Amino acid sequence: MATTLTINGERKSFDAPAEMPLLWVLRDILGMTGTKFGCGIAQCGACTVHVDGKPVRSCVLPVSAVRDRPVTTIEGVGASPAGAKVQKAWLDLEVIQCGYCQSGQIMSAAALLASTPNPDDSDIDAAMAGNICRCGTYVRIREAIKQAASGRQS
Amino acid sequence: MTTAKKTAASRDVDGVSRRALLTGALAGGFVLAFRLPVRAANEPASAPNDTAGKFAPNAFIRIDSAGKTTLVMPQVEMGQGIYTAVAMILAEELDADFSAVVLEHAPANEKLYANPLFGIQATGGSTSVRAFWKPLRAAGATARAMLIRAAAQQWQVEPATCTASNGEVIHAESGRRLAYGALVEAANALTPPKDAAVKDPKDFVLIGKPLKRFDTPDKVNGKTIYGIDAMLPGMKFATLAASPVFGGKVGKVDDARARKIPGVRQIVVLDDMVAVVGDHMWAAKKGLDALDVTWNEGANARINSKDILEDLRAASEKDGVIAKSDGDIAKGLAAGDKFEAAFELPFLAHAPMEPLNCTVHLKPDSCEIWTGTQIMARVQSEAAKAAGLPPEKVVVNQHLIGGGFGRRLEPDMVVAAVRIAKEVDGPVKVVWTREEDIQHDVYRPVYRDTIAATLSGGKIVGWKYRVTGAAIIARWLPPAFQKGVDIDAVDGAVDIPYDIPNLHIEYNRAEPPAVPTGFWRGVGPNNNIFAVECFMDELARKAGKDPVTFRRDMLGKNPRQLAALNLAVEKSGWGQPLPARVGRGVCAQPSFGSFVATVVEAEIDEQGEVHLRRITSAVDTGIAVNPDTIRAQLEGGLIFGLTAALYGEITIDKGRVQQSNFHDYRMLRIDQTPKIEVHLINSGEAPGGIGETGVTAGPPALRNAIYAATGVALRRLPIERSLLAVGKKA
Repeated sequence: MATTLTINGERKSFDAPAEMPLLWVLRDILGMTGTKFGCGIAQCGACTVHVDGKPVRSCVLPVSAVRDRPVTTIEGVGASPAGAKVQKAWLDLEVIQCGYCQSGQIMSAAALLASTPNPDDSDIDAAMAGNICRCGTYVRIREAIKQAASGRQS
Repeated sequence: MTTAKKTAASRDVDGVSRRALLTGALAGGFVLAFRLPVRAANEPASAPNDTAGKFAPNAFIRIDSAGKTTLVMPQVEMGQGIYTAVAMILAEELDADFSAVVLEHAPANEKLYANPLFGIQATGGSTSVRAFWKPLRAAGATARAMLIRAAAQQWQVEPATCTASNGEVIHAESGRRLAYGALVEAANALTPPKDAAVKDPKDFVLIGKPLKRFDTPDKVNGKTIYGIDAMLPGMKFATLAASPVFGGKVGKVDDARARKIPGVRQIVVLDDMVAVVGDHMWAAKKGLDALDVTWNEGANARINSKDILEDLRAASEKDGVIAKSDGDIAKGLAAGDKFEAAFELPFLAHAPMEPLNCTVHLKPDSCEIWTGTQIMARVQSEAAKAAGLPPEKVVVNQHLIGGGFGRRLEPDMVVAAVRIAKEVDGPVKVVWTREEDIQHDVYRPVYRDTIAATLSGGKIVGWKYRVTGAAIIARWLPPAFQKGVDIDAVDGAVDIPYDIPNLHIEYNRAEPPAVPTGFWRGVGPNNNIFAVECFMDELARKAGKDPVTFRRDMLGKNPRQLAALNLAVEKSGWGQPLPARVGRGVCAQPSFGSFVATVVEAEIDEQGEVHLRRITSAVDTGIAVNPDTIRAQLEGGLIFGLTAALYGEITIDKGRVQQSNFHDYRMLRIDQTPKIEVHLINSGEAPGGIGETGVTAGPPALRNAIYAATGVALRRLPIERSLLAVGKKA
């Protein structure tokens, strides 16, 4: 099926089965490998991208369901104020270890800050509990979200 | 020793006996603010002999005439921060301009890059800094001495009157300076000195500072290329299914439906696996789902967890091989009050976030591989065997790794990918589904640890400890398997920190049928420290002592362990009142050459569910090369270990693994993660290992917190909630 999506502000046209998850379109057809495969069943959050600003698990989202809504991936999230603040806080606090889950963590955190500029611990729990980190960087993720949020106020 | 015997028993590694390294190094303790891009770390490493026009005094350092300084990483980066630590050690002694160094993966080359503690090219066992501390410092210092001599010759001054700093040689007296790049040719003409002096630690300018990591900037924007991200022109995508029953073979395959899936290009049927090759992973996965395979399951279809546990229990009743014996155990066990306990640990999968994968381009006379591995040279040789080529025809392109945890200490995924690639024209990327990753792991083995101990005067006087379980070392590093003792399986038993006059440690090899077993982050000490530290709390209660006091009274000969315990206890609020069904538990452990103490505070609700409230760790790891990394490894290691304690269990029924993905092989998540404090003790000793210390600390500390809160002495993992609900008795 010929499809055109707006990804990180760019129009991308490709041919893919309608039910093919967005994850594999990004990775295997468009070569945008920043979005990661972790579980394939929306259990780990490694594949998180934004569709119309909302975090979604791209491993279970058929590409045909995206329609004309804009897609943002880890490669483009730094262009938004929330995404840039999150990326900076992630580096300032040296959150990352292996980094494989962190594309998804950053996408979830950026979406949280875009909708909830000053999240409390329960907001962070609710927004981030769908993202598994096997290296166990959760303590720093929480701190970094708070730092990114406070940076936003200043 | 005769000449013949010497040849058979030892192969020299840099002039040191390999056997001496293995036995000496492994016995006792597995004994075994500037930010930089990784740049070349994501690109294939250059060949080790690619040193033309460069100053390359050893395997780790390359300086070109423009001054570009490349540091070659002998250990792999899988999140533990080793690239930054290795670069810091090399650059410290080289006095390189740290803001401009470039890192490169080491190629497969056992001769140049073998881990001195293993004798093979491997990253694991929390050995990287311990093993390479001396060789890397020597490499840096030797290069610096040569550059200084080259400059001194040019200036016709004494080398001793010159210094080096930030990539330059300086002659302070005359104010002259020469950049390293300008000295390449002259330094190359010199013979490396044999004993270049390393720095006094008080002169360190990099080591000990919490420097930013090299690998993280590209990890926040999706630019890092892991093995699974390899993309080649014309590449196809494949996914596979091995027999769900261990060791089963392919029977009948009906591929009619699979072939109709759009994007499916090829069905590969081998004797023990099937794979579907397609235009993308989605086609391959859909094709695999549509494939109708009948498996010849074989005798292993009868295997189940219950029988494995019964066999393990029976094996643990037999006498084992003596791993250590101090004092008089018969006398020790006859004195005082005697107590016994058995601790049991389950199979565990690694489940790294980056599922297993390997990309292969096989040609008639060569094989190129893209993957992230903890064993570069072994992957090269195993791939060569599978491809039917000599090892030198196989090029392995190393990648940053999305989680290793011991899974990538095995070459099986590379061998499988090469076997599939033999059937495919052009490059093919083979990616395991999460289900296949979990159901065809090389599992942390089941262990049963039995201890008999006697108490007299509030102290332990006799301690007989038997470890029963698989001998991973016998398969993975045969030269280190001596006299029937798996030195890894008993590591934390032999290396017990407490002063016990009569101590006896035995090992009983018991291999589970069919289930492949291998190293899992925390390795042998996972079972030892759990058994020792859990039983310590039970014995403290028998002795009528506070668990901390009980331990302190037996740590008089171990000041580093005692200091760590005292600091963790002080910072944790130990002894302060807690609400009902909330407890604190402690764990003290000398592991991987570091001394760690941890206090976990947890609440157990009326249904028996466990809630983590607070974790405090203190660690003396000697010189902390990068203190921030040490903290991060403790934080992450604790989560990794506590995940296993709360959820980790792989069970077998009808010869197959029953878990398949993160819904039934659960991970701790952020909403369950408490505050974690890590306090460092700077003892100035040589660096210890750190990557696995948190993993071994978490489970016993949590179990002891549960014991304190409920009085229930759990002796198995994962935590059995049914025993903790209000009104239940263990």
